[in-house]
This record gives sequence, C-alpha cells and structure tokens, in this order.
Amino acid sequence: MNNMLMSEKKLETTQTKISAKDVNVYYGDTHAIKDVNVEIPEKTVTAFIGPSGCGKSTFLRCINRMNDTIDVCRVTGDILLDAEDIYDKRVDPVQLRAKVGMVFQKPNPFPKSIYDNVAYGPRIHGLAKTKAEIDEIVEKSLRRGAIWDEVKDRLHAPGTGLSGGQQQRLCIARAVATEPEVLLMDEPCSALDPIATAQVEELIDDLRSRYSVVIVTHSMQQAARVSQKTAFFHLGNLVEFGDTSDIFTNPSDSRTESYITGRIG
Amino acid sequence: MSDATPQAPRKSSSLLSVDTQTQKRNSAENRFKNYGLIAVMAGLLALVILLTSILNNGLSSFQQSFVTIEVELPEAKLDKSGTRDLTVMSKVTTFGYAPLLTAAMQAVIEENGVEIEGLTKKEIGGFVSKDSAAQLRDFVLANPEVVGTTQSFTFLANGRIDGYYKGRVTAASAELDKNVSPAQLQLADALLDAGVLTNGFNTGFFTKGDASGQRPEAAGLGVAILGSLYMMIVVLCLALPIGVAASIYLEEFAAKNRFTDLIEVNIANLAAVPSIVFGILGLAIFINFAGLPQSAPIVGGLVLTLMTLPTIIIATRASLKSVPPSIRQAALGIGASKMQSVFHHVLPLAAPGILTGTIIGLAQALGETAPLLLIGMVAFVKEFPGAPPEGFFDPASALPVQVFNWTQRSDPAFVERASGAIIVLLVFLILMNAIAVLLRRRFERRW
Amino acid sequence: MPVIWILLIVLALAAVGYVLGRRRAYASAEGEIRKLHSLPAYYGYNAAMLTAVPAFFVIAIWLIAQPILIDARIGALIPDSAISESSTRGLVMSDVRRVAEGLDKLVAAGSLTDEETHNLHIETTDIRELLGSVGTALGSDVAPEVLSAAQDYRVLSGAASLGMTILAFVAAIGGLYYSLKQTNKDFRARNTVESMVLSLLVVASTIAILTTAGIVLSMLFETRNFFSQYNWADFYFGTTWSPSFSGRGGSSQLGLLPLLWGTLYISVIALLVAVPIGLYAAIYLSEYAGPKMRSAAKPLIEILAGIPTIVYGLFALITVGPMLRDYFAQPLGLGESASSVMTAGIVMGVMLIPFVSSLSDDIINAVPQSLRDGSLGLGATKSETIRQVVVPAALPGIVGAVLLAASRAIGETMIVVMGAGAAARLDLNPFEAMTTVTVKIVSQLTGDTDFSSPETLVAFALGLTLFVITLGLNIVALAIVRKYREQYE
Repeated sequence: MNNMLMSEKKLETTQTKISAKDVNVYYGDTHAIKDVNVEIPEKTVTAFIGPSGCGKSTFLRCINRMNDTIDVCRVTGDILLDAEDIYDKRVDPVQLRAKVGMVFQKPNPFPKSIYDNVAYGPRIHGLAKTKAEIDEIVEKSLRRGAIWDEVKDRLHAPGTGLSGGQQQRLCIARAVATEPEVLLMDEPCSALDPIATAQVEELIDDLRSRYSVVIVTHSMQQAARVSQKTAFFHLGNLVEFGDTSDIFTNPSDSRTESYITGRIG
Repeated sequence: MSDATPQAPRKSSSLLSVDTQTQKRNSAENRFKNYGLIAVMAGLLALVILLTSILNNGLSSFQQSFVTIEVELPEAKLDKSGTRDLTVMSKVTTFGYAPLLTAAMQAVIEENGVEIEGLTKKEIGGFVSKDSAAQLRDFVLANPEVVGTTQSFTFLANGRIDGYYKGRVTAASAELDKNVSPAQLQLADALLDAGVLTNGFNTGFFTKGDASGQRPEAAGLGVAILGSLYMMIVVLCLALPIGVAASIYLEEFAAKNRFTDLIEVNIANLAAVPSIVFGILGLAIFINFAGLPQSAPIVGGLVLTLMTLPTIIIATRASLKSVPPSIRQAALGIGASKMQSVFHHVLPLAAPGILTGTIIGLAQALGETAPLLLIGMVAFVKEFPGAPPEGFFDPASALPVQVFNWTQRSDPAFVERASGAIIVLLVFLILMNAIAVLLRRRFERRW
Repeated sequence: MPVIWILLIVLALAAVGYVLGRRRAYASAEGEIRKLHSLPAYYGYNAAMLTAVPAFFVIAIWLIAQPILIDARIGALIPDSAISESSTRGLVMSDVRRVAEGLDKLVAAGSLTDEETHNLHIETTDIRELLGSVGTALGSDVAPEVLSAAQDYRVLSGAASLGMTILAFVAAIGGLYYSLKQTNKDFRARNTVESMVLSLLVVASTIAILTTAGIVLSMLFETRNFFSQYNWADFYFGTTWSPSFSGRGGSSQLGLLPLLWGTLYISVIALLVAVPIGLYAAIYLSEYAGPKMRSAAKPLIEILAGIPTIVYGLFALITVGPMLRDYFAQPLGLGESASSVMTAGIVMGVMLIPFVSSLSDDIINAVPQSLRDGSLGLGATKSETIRQVVVPAALPGIVGAVLLAASRAIGETMIVVMGAGAAARLDLNPFEAMTTVTVKIVSQLTGDTDFSSPETLVAFALGLTLFVITLGLNIVALAIVRKYREQYE
C-alpha cells in the first residue's frame, strides 16, 4: 500500500524533512515494520497512531537509530534526513542523535541537578566554551521547555525531585538544548496526569515553530489536538498517512476507520 | 566537508562527514572500550597464569620413580628365635631392616655391572626412600612366613632421585646437596637403563597418609581426602536440613517483625564474616568448651557447617522465592494447609535450586582452610581415621590443610606435592560445580 | 552407652510410634478413613515426633550441661595447694580430663577393670607409663590430687551418662505413650504435627543468631581474660609486636598497630588491583561485549571466585613472590624477601576481581535502561553515557561493593599467611615482608596453645578487633547497597 501520492498532494508548500523508503525492521525473526514509506514535513507535528504493538514506536526509534542499541534489531531500506541516508556507513549515530533529539515515554531525568541535566547535551557536544554560554543555553532551553519559571530558583536541586509533568518538560528542555532539528517523542504524556498532559501538549504546539516534531501516541484525541499530520500503523504496516483532519474525519482505509471508531485497538 | 566552523559544528555540516569534535569523542569512546577489554583480558590472564603455574608445578607429582629389587630376608636378622612369634619379631626395628636394603641394592648394582666412582655404601643405601625399611618391616610382620626367603619388592626411590627425573635436581645442584650426590644420580641413570628404576604413575599419592619432612616421596593424600570426605558428610547432614528448614520458615511462614529482621540481618552478615573467625569460634566452643577432640573431622564439619549455612540459606530462599505464588494459591485453594502447600508443592519445585546452592556451598567448604588451622587439623597425621561414626572423632587432615602443611616444609619436593594436591582439590571442585551446573541446566524452570 | 546408640534406639522407637499411631487411629475410626480428623499418616507423625523430639532435646541439653557441671564439681575438689605457681585451675583440669580419658582407654583396651581404676594409687603404679601405653601422653608425672580428681571425674561422668541414657529413654517412651493415648479419630493430628514442625523450623532459623552469639561471646570472654593480664591501651596503641616465646615471661609486647598497618596496606594494594580491573571488566561485559563474549568471559572470570584461597596462597608463595623479588625488589634494591606486602596484595587483588566485577555488574544492571536511552538519545556516546550517567547513578552501589571487597581483604587469611610474611613492622616499602591481624591469629592459635598466657589469649582480642572491623564495614556496605536497590525498584 502506498499512500505517498496522497501525502505529496497536500504538502506542496512545505519541505520534506524526513523521508522513509521501503523501511523494514526485524527483531530476530519477528518482522516488526513492513515496507513503510513516509515523508515527514518540516516544522510540523506529525503523529503516529495505532494499536499497541503496531510498530509505531519501533519506527520512531529508527529515525535517530536508537534501535542500534538493540543487538537483535535489523533495519533495511532508507531513511533520509535532509536527503542524506542516516543508515549510510559514514554516518555517526552520535552526530545524528544530536540532530534528531528524543523524548521518552517515562520521564527520565538523570540523577543530577536540573542545571546539569540540561547542560549535559551541550557539554558532551561541545556547544559551549564558557560557563556563561552554558548558563545561557540552559536558560534558553528551560524557557523553551516552558519550565523556567518553575525551576529558576532551584537550578541545582536534583531533577528527580520534580513532579512527573515537570520532569517530562525538563526532559524536553534537555532534548532541545542540543539544538536538534527534529524532536521525536515516544508517548510523552502516557505517564502524566491530565493537567501535566495539557501543559506538555501546549509546549509541543509551541515547539512546532522551530522543530519538526514526531510524536507517538496511543491517544487519538491527543493526535487530533496537537498534530497536523497523522500516520496510522497497524500490524507493522503504515496503513494511512495524511492531514490529521482528513484522517479523523474522512479516513480512506477501512482499518483506519475501524480504529478511529473504536472497533479495533 | 571540513569547512564547518567550530561555533556551529553541525548546522551546516552534512551527516555524512564526521566533524573533529565527534572524531575526538569517538576516539575517547574507543579508548574507554579498550580499557574495558584490557581489564577483561587481565582477569582472564590472571586465571591462565594461576592455573598454568599450579599445573606446571604439580602435574609431576602424579609420576614417581620406583626401584624394583630382590631383597633377601635372613632369619638370623629378622627372627632370631625362629618361632615366627610376632612379639619377638616386632622387636627388630626399621634400623634392623635398613642393611638388608643396602645389601639388596649392592647386589642389583653388581648384577648389572654398574661401576661408579666414589659411590659409598651409605649412598647406595640412601638410594631408596627412607620409608622403604618401614615398608619392608610392615610386609614381613604381616607375612612372617617370608622370613628366610628372597622376595621382589618395588620401593620408592629417594625423593632427590625422583626429583632428578622431574628436573628439580641436577648434577650441579647435587654437588651442593648433602642429601644426594652426583654419584647417586649416575647410578640412577645406570639403573634406569637396566630397568631396575622405573618411572610410573604414583598411586601412593592418593592412598598413603602424610610422611615426615625427610621422605617427601612417601607423602600421600589418602588421609586428607578421607578427612575432607568425612567433613563434607557432616556438613551435608547438618547444613542441608537446617538451612532448608530455616529458609522455609523465613520465606514462607515468618511474620515481618523485629525477630525475623534480626535473623535476616544476622544471616546476611554471617555470610561476610571472615572465615578465620569461625575457626576461633570452633576452637573456643567445640574444643575448649564442649571438649571435642582436636583435629577431628566432626569439629571441622561443625565449623564448616556454620560457615556454609548462610550460603545455603541464601540459595534456598532464592529458589523458594522463584516458585510463583500461584502454585501456593492453587494448593491452598483446594483445601491444603499452608504446611502441606509448602512441603507438597513449593519445596519439590524449589529442590533443584536448593541442591545447586548446597553443592556450591559444599564446594566452598571443601576449599576452606583458615578455620581448620585453628582447630588443629594442621597436625601431622599419618594414620587413617577409623570407619564412621567413631572415625569422625579420630584425628584426620583435610585437603586444603594438607596443602598448607606441605608448603611449610623445607624440602622443595613438598612444593610439588602441594601443587599436586591442589590439582586434586581443583578436580573435586570442578566436578562439584559441573554437577551444580548440570542440575541447573536440566531442571531450570522459567515461570 | 555411646550416644550414637541412644540416638539409634530413640529413632527406632519413633518408627514404632509411627506404625502404632497410624494403626490406633485406623482402629478408632473402625477402619474408615473419612471418620478421621486428619490423614492417618499424621497420627503416625505425631507419635514419632513426640517420641523422638523430647528425647533428642534431653540428650542435647545434657551433652552441653554435663561437662560444665562436672568441671565445676571436680574443679572445686582440687585443693589450691595442688595448683602450682606457674599453673592455673584450668590447666590442672585439662590434666584431670586427660588422665580420666586415659583410664577410659585402659578399660576399653581391657588392660584394667573398672574396679582396678578406682584402686590405682600414685605410690604403687606409674600412672604416666601406664597411660602412655594406650597413647595418652602426659607432660609430667601425675600428682595424687589429679589422679583422685580424675577418678572422681570418671565416676561422675559415668553416672551422668547413665542418667542421660535413662532420662532419654524415659522421655522417648513417655512421649510415645502420651501420643498413643491422645490418638483417636477426633484428635487434630495434622494441626498438632504442623505446629511442631513449625517450631522446629523456628529453632533452625535461630541457629544463625546462636552462631553470632557464639562468636561474640567466645571472643568477648577470652578477650576479657586477655585484658585482665595485659593493658588494653598497650594493646590498641602499642607499636611493637614481639611475643616472648618463653610463655609467661611478662616480657611480651603485643601492640596491635603494626599488624593493623600490614592489614590495611595489603588491603589497599589489593583494592587498587581489584577495583579498576573488576569495575572496567564489569562495564565492558555488561555494556560492550557481544552475547558470545559475555557468555564465555563472565563464567571464566567467575572461576577465579570459586578457587579456594589456599590456591591463591600457593600461587603467591611459589610464583608471584619469587617473581616480584627477582624482577622488581632485588633490581630496585628494595628487599630480598619473596613474601611481601606487594605479593600478598596483588594476589589478593586477583582474588577480589570477580567479587568486585560481579557485584558491580549487578549494580550497573540495576540502573534503569531509560537513563541510558535518555543519554544516548541526546547523542552521547556509550562511554559518555557510562561515565557521566550510569556510573554516577550506580555510585552508591559501587561504593558498597568496594566496602564489601575491603572487608573480604581485611579478613582474608591464607593468602597473607603464605604471601605476606610473619614479621610485624611499620614500614612503607611494599616489597618488605609484613604481617597482618589474621596471620597472627593463626600463628598464636596453632600448635600447642596455653589458654592462660597472654600470648595465646591475644589472638581472641585480635579476632574480636577483626570481627568488629569487618562487621562494621559489612553493615555499612549492606545498608548502602540495600538503599541503592530500593531507589530503582
């Protein structure tokens, strides 16, 4: 199934940031992702939805090669970032991940201070030379993470002492501190309460102006609220990809319709 | 490709080229990885050096030089009364037998036409082990009818002669050694050619008791192996039931209160108490207070039991814990009592794990030395302990203590013996661990 | 009657009890098993346990109490005049026991009748020679008081053994009778048996406490004796260790500090070897190595942990010591001794490698994967992740592991006995032979020990010091590790 034609039609105005061609992923003998083709546009929020185990998180982790850390995982096909194949032998995943940041399902602040959490990325990538520069990056990132006002007085308190929602925003701030071009979010709100979820969703909307955001979510409402583009995965296949409004109001595939109306999932 | 400015290292650069910063980081990564590899290799190398050193030094102890000679047993010397009365015959000490050996050696030298300059009579007599006279005497006393005949015997060669064939003694070192002369070494070569002296497998190493510092060639591990076996029997009979009972109580029945907390903390700490402290306990309680005999396997077994208990309890509790609660609930659900559910269902399912833990605990106990030194196991024991149960109270040695004992002697031949004993000990340990691994493989269950 | 026979007879009675209990239960239910409260076997178990357990209990108590009571009785009989200047009551008592034991042997060998032993007199018989003939060697001639005390001792222990035998059988038969009387179809046999089993389980689990109590009490008691003969301050702050060999010369200097210094010096070297290698090996094997390498290298390194310490001791003695002396100490002019702090430290370090690595491995694996993902997702390399995220997160656990390793090193005996030497000195040169607390415990307590001289008793003070140090380290380390585990659970 190739939904490229449809998506290309509606994306004439924006540039493609990430493009996947015939991507297959295997975990040992399990075929987890089957022939996925997708073009993710720049400066948009793209949501991956689908029932659990459909491969949406797996595909997300392919985009910054986090799957490399799993021994049995094998990826075929091409994923292009700005027209460069990220699975090319010459690509260093370390450099790639600086460009393609990631936020995880469970907030995972390091057992360090808030300041050090955010400064970690810039330090390892050598983005700043002086203490002042780092201070500046930390403040900027925490502001972008919409958490500056809450933590500015206790930057040296441990990051693990924050509430769940704060921790997740701290993790987002930590991810944007390395100046990525793409932000991958793997169910970033699944461990949060509704109020914290609303705050994070608002933040995601803000981030769209600077980054291409790809978000995996199990909540269709969340996808509808935050994304402009939606991809529906089912059993390792990309069933349908298009504007969020289209997918939710006028799905072209019967499986998408079944999922959206709650008959499968 | 490399026109990226340091201020904006990646923004303008392509993913396909690795920037200098990343190169630096990658080489740091490789360095770090190599440190790890070096550490692993260092560990493995230490293992290899340790094992080669022991094997190098010890393998030769399984081989031994023997001399086969015809010995005349004249009645005039051995039984003056002629009545074959043992009480009379036993009055002849080993000093009475030694000249017979010397004569027999001289005879065999002449017979084979060996002529060596400067070979004295004393050196000829000293060619066979000092233990030979005792061996001869024991044989004659056991078989009085042989007196007056000529019998063929296989004796151990002197330890230095044995060492000559193992590369420990050379003509040069013999020059400086008052226990062996170069002439004796020449004699050895001549007798080897004549087939009188043979190098063969050293069965006595496994069957004989310890021997004094003057006769390393006669020292064997028999008493030590038996002593270790007795101690392991004691440990098994005490530690297994007590350990399992304690674990069942703590894991299945105990309420969470101060008393059980105290027991738990106690067990965790006992597992880490230095082994020598258990030796002090054994000396003070079992020997001084309870009046049990020194050097006895029963005391060693008791001390090792207390040492092994924490290991067995920890292993047993882990395997009880790994039996899922659903099994217990199933048993309780059809009306079994708690005790029945534990003894009929949980315990059998945990048995392989308990057994594995017990074997590992036993292996630990088998190799333990320090506490045994304090309870007198280090004493010189030549006689075998009796049959159980009385034998548990007879003096005995133990494998690791025998090793220590031999390392304290001055003759370098004992270093070879000690290394050989270590090989025997390690073989036992490997066997026990192999059984434990097999058990685990065979019965391991994943719930 | 020998204890073993009593035990066997009691067991046989218990077996009889099992059969009778079962049969009686059946009979009371008129052969119909449904009428019984419990399964018939439980009635059997009930009878068997009531027969055996009290009897065994009696025997155990008796065996513990008998020597104490008899010693007290006989000890009181020995007049003060019989205790010479250089001796103590304890020493005389051990002579008494020896003589009594020898008399037992004589009776067993048939060379004396029981009657004759009572009529032995120091004037008429050479007791020493007589006892020597059955292998009981005595250090000196037997004093008349000792002989008569030994005779009393035999009479008393004979009576006591008889008492124990009778009491044990009374207990066994009484238990059997009581249990059979109890048995009828309504008797709750299962509940009774289960509560008895439960109390046995409780008793088994208190053995751990009894062991600790035994350790502490035995050492405290003898340490108190030691400090009554030797000034505690001289022991803890003395810088010279030179026990006199003459026995009670009073000229011994028993200062702990040189021993403690040797112990700590060797332990530090051991940790300097073991911690970096063990930690890096654990990191490599858990974070970098492929499954094949891991499954091969991990068990191989763990073999090092299964090797008895005597093997390491021999390794130090015949390989490492001479090598260090020939290639380092002698060329550098640092010493001539094969046994040295360096030898013992390095070999002990090798021994501790698997200990550190497997503990660190557990601890590193307990760091949640999400932290690694978070760091890798930011573009950190693996080594950056390990050094800046994983190790700091695991640090408390690693500290705990190092403390446990230190406690091992301090308490290790065989390696230092064979590799470190016996000379107590306060020195910085690592190629010099030094000695440790454990070495001195072994040397003071092996061979002929005289429990009244400070030279022997000092070993208990050393043991207590060692126990307190290692216990302290263990408690702190276990607390740290436990707290660390809880953090990530």
